[in-house]
Parts: sequence; C-alpha cells; structure tokens
Amino acid sequence: MSKKSAEYQAVARKDITYRQWIWKEMKRNKVAYLMIAPYVLVFTLFTIVPVLLSFVISFTDFNMLQFPNFVGLENYINLFFADDIFLISAKNTLIFAVIVGPVSYLMSFLVAWFINELSPKIRSVVTLIFYAPAISGQVYMIWGTLFSADSQGWVNATLLETGIIESPISWFKDADYVMPLCIVVALWTSLGTSFLSFIAGLQGVDRSLYEAGAVDGVKNRWQELWYITLPSMKPQLMFGAIMAITNSFGFGGVVTALAGLPSVDYAAHTIMNHLEDYGGARYEIGYSSAIAVVLFLVMIGANTVVSKVISKVGS
Amino acid sequence: MAKLRTRKHKVVLSRSAGGDAGITFLLTILGIFMFLPMVYVISQSLKPLDELWMYPPRFIVKNPTLGNFKDLFTLMNDSWVPFSRYIFNTVFTSVGGTFGHLFIASMCAYALAKIKFPGGKAIFKTIRTSLMFHSTVTAITNFMLMSAFQMIDTYWAIIVPAWGYTLGLYLMKQFMDSSVPDTVLESARLDGASEIRTYWTIAMPMVKPAWLTLIIYSFQALWNAGASTYIYSEQLKSFNYAIGKITAGGIKRQGASAAATVLMMAVPILVFVISQSNIIETMGSSGMKD
Repeated sequence: MSKKSAEYQAVARKDITYRQWIWKEMKRNKVAYLMIAPYVLVFTLFTIVPVLLSFVISFTDFNMLQFPNFVGLENYINLFFADDIFLISAKNTLIFAVIVGPVSYLMSFLVAWFINELSPKIRSVVTLIFYAPAISGQVYMIWGTLFSADSQGWVNATLLETGIIESPISWFKDADYVMPLCIVVALWTSLGTSFLSFIAGLQGVDRSLYEAGAVDGVKNRWQELWYITLPSMKPQLMFGAIMAITNSFGFGGVVTALAGLPSVDYAAHTIMNHLEDYGGARYEIGYSSAIAVVLFLVMIGANTVVSKVISKVGS
Repeated sequence: MAKLRTRKHKVVLSRSAGGDAGITFLLTILGIFMFLPMVYVISQSLKPLDELWMYPPRFIVKNPTLGNFKDLFTLMNDSWVPFSRYIFNTVFTSVGGTFGHLFIASMCAYALAKIKFPGGKAIFKTIRTSLMFHSTVTAITNFMLMSAFQMIDTYWAIIVPAWGYTLGLYLMKQFMDSSVPDTVLESARLDGASEIRTYWTIAMPMVKPAWLTLIIYSFQALWNAGASTYIYSEQLKSFNYAIGKITAGGIKRQGASAAATVLMMAVPILVFVISQSNIIETMGSSGMKD
C-alpha cells in the first residue's frame, strides 16, 4: 500500500467519487483559500505571470514600439550561434557560479561551524563581522577605492612603495584582473542568508547526539562533523545551497557597479549583464526575454541537480 | 561512573589543540578579509581633506574629523528636491511594503502550514521553487506588466511587488510548521474559534521572531533599493538613490561620499544588531525538506 492511500484512508468513502470528495473538501476549507488569496494573487502577478510572459515573448521580435511578430526559435538560434558576446557571458557566468557558489557555501558553513562553540556574546560579534558586508548595500564600492586605477589607490600605492610594481595597475579596467577581482568582491558579500541559516542549524543539533556519538566511538571533531552534524543539518544545507546557487548565477550588479557596463573587453560580462544591456539599454525585449529564459532554466536546472545530490548525502 | 568518564574523555579527544589552532588561524584570516574593507570605509569617512589626498595613502586615519559628514549634510541641503522628500519616499515605501508583506504573507503561511486543503501543498511547492531563480530574471516582463497596470512612476511600483517577497513567506511558513503546535490550534477550533481568529490571536503571537525577521529582510531590501527602473520622477526617488547622486559627484566629493556610505550601511547593521537573536531563531526552521 502506498503512503498516499494510507494518508487518505481515514476519509475514504464509497458513496462519492474522488472528484466529488475533493470538491467537498474545497468547500469545507473555503476560509483557507480566502487566507492565501491576497499573497497568491501578488505572487502570481509579479512572479508567475512574468516568467510565463518571458517564455512567450522570447519567441517574438517585440521591441516596445511595434506590434510583435512570432519568430519561432530565431532569438535562441541567434543567441547560441550568432552572439559571440552571449557566449562570452555564458562562459563568465559559469566560471562565477562554479567558483563563487561552492566557495561561498563552504565559507558560510565553515565560519558558522568554527564560531559555533564560542560563547554567545563573542559569537554574535563575529557573526556581525562576517554578515555585515552582505547587508550593507553599496558598501562594496570601497573595493573600487582600494583598487583605484591611479597611484592614489591604496593597493597601487602600497605595491609601488614596496617596489613590486613600477606603474599603477588599472585593476577594474584591466581584462586580466577584473574577473578575479569581481569574484573576490562577490565572495566578500556572499555570507548572507545561508550563513545565518547554518548558524541556526548548528545550534539546533541535538546535543545528546554528540554524547551518544562519543560513546559509539566518534574520535574527533571531523568524525563528529561527518557522522552527526552534517546529517542533522541536511534541511539547512539544502536551503543554503539553493540560496548560494541562485545568487551566484544572478551575479552581475557588482560587475556593472565596479567595472562598468560592458566591462573591459567583456572580461567580466555575465548573462545578467547581457540581459541588462539588451533589455534595459536597447529595448530588444524579445531577444532579452530569450536571455532571461535561458538564465531561468540554468538556475532551476542547477538547483534541481544540486538538491538531488544533497538529499542523497548520508542516505 | 563509566559514563561520566566517557563524556570527559570525549571533550579531550574531540578537540585537539592542533585543530583548535588551525581553526582559529583560518577564522582570523577570513575575519581580516571581511573586516578590513569595512575599516577602510570608516577610516575614509573620518579623514580630513589633506589625508584623503596624502601620498602614499594611509589605511587608518591619523586626525579623525567629522567634517565629511558636515559636508554631506550641506550637500543634502543644496539638493533641489529637499532631502526630507527622499527620506519620506524611502520610509513610506519601506513601511507600506514591509507591513503589507508581513500581513498577507503570514496569513498565507498560516493556511499553508496549518490547514489541510486540496492544492495547498502544490501551491507551497510552486512558491518554494521560485526561491531557485533570481528576481532580476523577470525584471523586463515585470516592467511591462506594471505599465499595463499603470503602476509605473508611482509608489505602488515599489510597494506591491514587495508584498510578494518569496523568502519571507517561505521562512514564515517553515517557522509556523515548527513552532506552532497543532494541539493548541485544535483546542481553539474545538472552542469554536474561526480559522482567521486562530491565526490572529493564537498563531501570530507565537511566531514573533519570524515577524521580526520578515520585517528586517523586507526593510533591508527596500532601504538598499537604489534607482528603480520603475520610477522616473525625481520627487519619488529613494534616499539611497539621492545619496548615490551625491557620491557620484566626482573626486572633489570623496570625503562626503565616504561619509554617505557609512551612513547608509549603519542603518541595516544597527537593525541587525538589535534583532540578531530573533533572526537566528527564525533561521532555525529555514531548512528545506523534500
């Protein structure tokens, strides 16, 4: 017997069909639908409809001025076969995501784990230090000041003084440096919601499990982490992963702010920046919708795959 | 006796001095990486003019002054749209967006968490899936919809989408799942209380940490909202945007700009300091089960 039928056993009736029963249940719970209605309405209008609309528009040549024509897969074909800059941006987005996603995830977890055993007062101070860059809005612009292109910038001045370089490096305008720097800044701002979730998850692990573990022969903190802590925190690990992946694929705002749009030689141009460029600056709505759809599918795909992997951990 | 010894034994075994040293070292390095830029921001904002232009630049200010903050306020006073207007815009949209969100999201979260009805699980799964993509993906179509609703260039363009903030609903629902016991609700229902009454008088007082978390998340997003693409009129723009305009005024304004950055970051940090324990408590139930 499947789990589902067991669940419904208590209400199973022979005199009405399943459909009639659902209808009865719906009428009985009228108030529930009433309670979810306002939120679901807003959610539908500003999240679901825009996603569906993007799919539809991505098959047209809409440009805000003329009535759109259906163009089939043309936008997608152009995107993947004619738009070299899109391919650069896809490559950059992938590099960002592959580095920033896992590194920020690990960093969030390790820091949360390290500070877990500190006293509550010290822990809250350390939490603040690590979390502050994520909530302070435009504060990451300070990286632009630190790495300013002239000798007045602190990094250039220090390197010049110590004789490591002979002339100032224009960091955010140099194709060799802009990408690694943006990655560093992204990591700097990345200890956000998942970090807090990990801190809370670690504190929620049942202490008696550790004692039981010690009796069962858990020898050191690494074994404790692997056999007790991580399995008990699986839900938080899952949530944190989704936050980290979504943010790392959505990366782009920092690039525009620090390196400009487009960045030098498109060296740090992400799909998000490409979207910004076509949707915001050029009003090619059909084409930019295709970009949005690709990004949407990539994010959902990556999240689904990673969630599946994490749900297998320890089982 | 034997058990006691095992416990003591465990403490010694599981915390090797080498491990402690290694962890402290790593944590310190990471902490410095996170903290130094913040120190530099504050240091810059306190530097007098001659130190801002000193070569080589000093990391830490030598003769701290509040002159930059004074300059910032002078610049604010010179703005053709009075700064009080920008502040009003940010406060108005933050309050309207945040409280609307708190109210409709918590009501929806209650129904999804505590009432079993056909479609409830599917609706929650859909909402949860939307955590998997960044809202900027839908920015363009959102813009089109808002023009269709004639919301462009009104406060509503900022306020109404904030009501539908997904993370808030998700955290509220998870917290209700774990901290509102079904038995309490059951007895209220037996006493004849309606669902709405149960939600408002019994469930809501039990989830205060989650309220606070929703308020803070929503407030942070709205406070940090810069130049919105949905707003053209100068009179309707946000405080953050206006501050950004001052700081974009070129090198002459470097001091004032650093002061503005400090001012802008002080608010969310202060709010977090006050509410940290409640947010962490809420995050305790943030986990995702499949």
